[in-house]
Amino acid sequence: MAALLEIDNLLIDARTDDGTMVPIVKGVSFNLDRGEVVALIGESGSGKTTIALSALGYAKPGLEFSGGEVRFDGVDVLTMASEERRELRGQRVAYLAQSAAASFNPALTIGEQVTESAILQGRMDRDTAYQRAEILYRALELPDPDRLGRRYPHQVSGGQLQRLMAAMALCGKPDLLVLDEPTTALDVTTQIEVLRAFKSVIRQEGAAALYVTHDLAVVAQIADRIVVLYGGEVQEYGSASDVINRPNHDYTRRLMSAVRPPPEAGQYAETTGEHRREVPALEVRNLTAGYGTGNARTAVKVLRDVNISVERGHSVGVIGESGCGKSTLARVISGLLPAQEGEVRLHGDTLHPDLKRRDRSDLQKIQFVFQMADTALNPRHRIDNLLGRPFEFYLGLTRSQKPEKIAELLKMVELPPDFAGRYPEELSGGQKQRINLARALAASPEILLCDEVISALDSIVGANIIELLKRLRKRTGVSFVFISHDLSTVASFADDIVVLYAGRVVEQGSTNKVLAPPYHPYTRLLISSVPELRIGWLEETMETSEAKAGIDRVVEITEVGCPFFNRCPLAIPGTCDKHVPPIREITDDHKIECHRSDEEFRHWASA
Amino acid sequence: MLMAAVLRRTAVGILTMLLVSILIFIGTSVLPGDVANIILGQMATPESLAELRSKLGLDRPAYIRYFMWLGDMATGDLGISKAGSGAATIGTPISELIAPRLTNTLRMTAIVAIIAIPLSLSLGLLAAMYPGSRLDRAITFTTLGLISVPEFLVATFLVLVLAVHMDLLPATAYISGRETGLKLLKALALPTLTLVIVASSQIMRMTRATVLNVLSSPYIEMAILKGVPRKRIILRHALFNAVGPIVNVIALNLAYLVSGVVIVETVFSYPGLAKLMVDAVQTRDLPLVQACAMIFCATYILLIFIADMASILSNPRLRHPK
Repeated sequence: MAALLEIDNLLIDARTDDGTMVPIVKGVSFNLDRGEVVALIGESGSGKTTIALSALGYAKPGLEFSGGEVRFDGVDVLTMASEERRELRGQRVAYLAQSAAASFNPALTIGEQVTESAILQGRMDRDTAYQRAEILYRALELPDPDRLGRRYPHQVSGGQLQRLMAAMALCGKPDLLVLDEPTTALDVTTQIEVLRAFKSVIRQEGAAALYVTHDLAVVAQIADRIVVLYGGEVQEYGSASDVINRPNHDYTRRLMSAVRPPPEAGQYAETTGEHRREVPALEVRNLTAGYGTGNARTAVKVLRDVNISVERGHSVGVIGESGCGKSTLARVISGLLPAQEGEVRLHGDTLHPDLKRRDRSDLQKIQFVFQMADTALNPRHRIDNLLGRPFEFYLGLTRSQKPEKIAELLKMVELPPDFAGRYPEELSGGQKQRINLARALAASPEILLCDEVISALDSIVGANIIELLKRLRKRTGVSFVFISHDLSTVASFADDIVVLYAGRVVEQGSTNKVLAPPYHPYTRLLISSVPELRIGWLEETMETSEAKAGIDRVVEITEVGCPFFNRCPLAIPGTCDKHVPPIREITDDHKIECHRSDEEFRHWASA
Repeated sequence: MLMAAVLRRTAVGILTMLLVSILIFIGTSVLPGDVANIILGQMATPESLAELRSKLGLDRPAYIRYFMWLGDMATGDLGISKAGSGAATIGTPISELIAPRLTNTLRMTAIVAIIAIPLSLSLGLLAAMYPGSRLDRAITFTTLGLISVPEFLVATFLVLVLAVHMDLLPATAYISGRETGLKLLKALALPTLTLVIVASSQIMRMTRATVLNVLSSPYIEMAILKGVPRKRIILRHALFNAVGPIVNVIALNLAYLVSGVVIVETVFSYPGLAKLMVDAVQTRDLPLVQACAMIFCATYILLIFIADMASILSNPRLRHPK
C-alpha cells in the first residue's frame, strides 16, 4: 500500500519585491506512513513550515508551487480543484498552528470553532460534533469539558488554547495532522504537558502527523522519523533514533551541538571579580510593583518584596514562567513603571522611581535591550541614524564625530562597518538583535537590562549572541540583568540566578548553588521540565513527583501564604497556604523561600 | 465591566454636551451686536437699547444668562425667535420653526441610510472578498472618484443629467408638507441620490479596508486551512471582527446627513434643518442658531455613543469577562 503522504521532488518559489521568483524549497522528497509521526526540523528559513503546508495544498501569500507532487492517499493535492482541496482540509488533513492565541477567532465561541470544520464538511451533525469535541476536551485533560465549548478564546489560558487547537484539528477525525511548532511559544512546564497530551491523543486516534519544529529535544520525544532541512533541501532523513544517536550529516551535528545542555551545576565558569567594587552596581530593595490606577491597595501587584543585587561586571539571571513578573522587574528598574514600594539603587544612590524624574546621566547608565528587535528598531531609520541618536542625546557628539563611533560600535557587536548605511529590514534576525544591543551600548551604560533577548532567535544564532554578551561583559565591565524563561540560557550566562514565581523570589543565589540541591520545589520542577535530547525522556519525567503535582496547574497569585502551594509536592496544608514562607539562608550566597527545612529538601532530593 | 463602560460613555457624552453648550454660548455672545441691536436695527438709540436689554434680561451677567439658557434648553424650551426675514417669524417659538425642518431632515436621513448602508456594506464586502480583481478595482476607483468630487458638483451633475436633459425628475425638492406617495418620492429622489453617493463611498471604503485587514489575521488563515468556504469566512469570521470601525464610520456619516448637508439642501432648495441654521446666521437670529447647534451636537454625540456601544458589544472580551 502506498504511503499516506508522499512528497515528491517538491519545488516552491517565493516572489520577491521586483517580481522575480526565488526558489525556497528545492526538490524535497519524503514519505509519511499511516499512524506515523514524521518531524521536519530546521532553522527559520529552512522551508519547514512551507513544506508542511503543502500537505494541505496551501501556499502562503507570495509563494507558489512550481514543481513536484504532494500525493495524499495517492492523489496530488497541488493539482486538485479548489472545491476538492477545501474538502481535503479539515476533513482529512488538519493543521495546528504555532500560536493558538492568534489562530482562534476572538469573536466566536471555542465550541463553534472546534466543531466548525466537521459540521461544514458534513461529517457529523451539530450534536455529534459537540459530543465529539467534549470527548476530545476530556482526552486532552482540559478543565470543565462540558461547558468549555460555550466559552470564548480569551477566557482560557495559553496552554489550554494550544490543546484546544488539537481538539479543533482532531474533531473531524483527520487521517493526517500537520503540527507547526505547536509547543514553541509555551513555558517549559506547559510544553511538557501539551506534548504528552498530543502524543497520547495521536496514538489513541491512530492519526499520522507531520511535526514541524526547530527543537531537537522536542523531536526526540514525539517523532518516529526525522527529516532534517536546511536552505530548502533535505540534509538527512531517517528514523528518530538513528538521526539523534548517530547523526550522519554535518548540519545535523551542528544542530545537535547548539542544543543547550540541560541546566546543571558546575557547567558555568563564574565571572572573575576584576570589575567588582565595594558597592554593588545595582540594588533592588523590598520592591513591590504592579499595574492599575489608584493607590497601592487597589492596584494589581505583580512583584512583591523583591531584593536583588548585581555586582559590577556580573550578571544576574531572572527566570520564571510567563506572567511571573520578569519583564515588570526590568520595567521598574528602568523607571518605565514606577514602583509602589521599595527602591532601586545605582552604586548606592537611590534612583527616582519614575523615569521622567531621573536625570540624563541616570538614564544613560541603565539601558534596556528589548526582546523583539523588529519592533524596537524603527524600520524607517538607517542603522547609523538608530545608533547615532543615543550618541547625540547622551554624549553630545556632533555630526562629524558620529561615523567613527558608529563604526567602533558595529565592530564591538561584530558586524561590518558598512552596515551603517542599511535599514533594519535588510538584516537577519540575529543581526537585528546585535544592532538592538549596539543601540543600548551606544549610551555607554553601566547596567544592561536584557529582556528575553535571544528567545526569538534560532538556537545557533542565539548561542552566538550569548558568546558576544560574555565578551562584552568582560571587556567593558557592564553589569547585566538577564531575563529569560529558558533556564538553559540563563545557566549559560548568569553568575547569579533569581527564580521568580507569581511575583515573588522563591530562590536566589549563585548559579552553581541554585542549580544544585537543595532546590526550591519550583526550581526543581523548572529544571526537570527542560526537555532532554533523549528518546523516552518525556515518559520518565511525567512519572516524577514534582511533575505529577505541579504540571497542568495554573499559577495563582495569592494574597496569603506561599503562591506555589497548589502545585507543590511538598506542600504542608494549613501552613503553606496560610503563612508567608520564611527565607532560609542555605549558605551566604543561596536563599530559598520555603516552609520546608534544609534537611527536608535534602531528603526529598535523594528520594 | 460592560455596565461600567456604558456609564462612563454616558458621562463623557453629557460632559461633552455641556462643554459644547458653553462654546456655543460664548461663540454667539462674542459676535458684535446682540438681539436687542438686531430687533431695533436702524431705530436703535442708546436708551431704547438699554430698555430692551433689561426687558430681555440681556443686562444680566453672562454666566447667569448661560445657566438660564441651559435650563430652558434642558426643559425643552428652545425660546422665541428674536429675528427673522419677515415680521411673521419674529416672536414665533423656535420649536415651531424647527419641528417641520427637523422632520424633513430626519426623513431624508432615514431614506438615505436605508439605501446607503446595505449598499455600501455589500459593495465593500464584495471588494474585500476579491482584492485586486476587476470588480474590486472598479468599485474602489469609482468610490475614490466620488469621494474626491465635491458634493455640490455631484448634485449639479445629477440635476443636469436627470432633470434638465432627461427630464425624469424635478430639479428642486421643495416640499410643502402636503405631498404624498409618488410625488413625494419624486421630489426627494435627486437629493437622496446625491447623499447616497456621498455617504456610501466612505462606508464602502472603510468596510473594504477593515475587512481586508481582518482577513490577513492568522485566524482567517486557520479558517482557510480548516476548509471553511470563502463566503462563511467573510460573513462569520471576518465581518464580526470588523464591526467596530465600520459602525463608527456609519455613525459619522449619519451625523453628517443630519447636520452637514446644507450645500445639498441649498442646491435642491430642500427645507432641512441645516439650511434653517444658515438662514438664522444670516438674519442673526442668535437663539435659533444656538438651538440648531445644540441639536446637531446632540445628534453627533448620540450617534457616536451608539457606535461605541456597538463596538463594545461586538467585543467578546467585554461581553464575557474572564
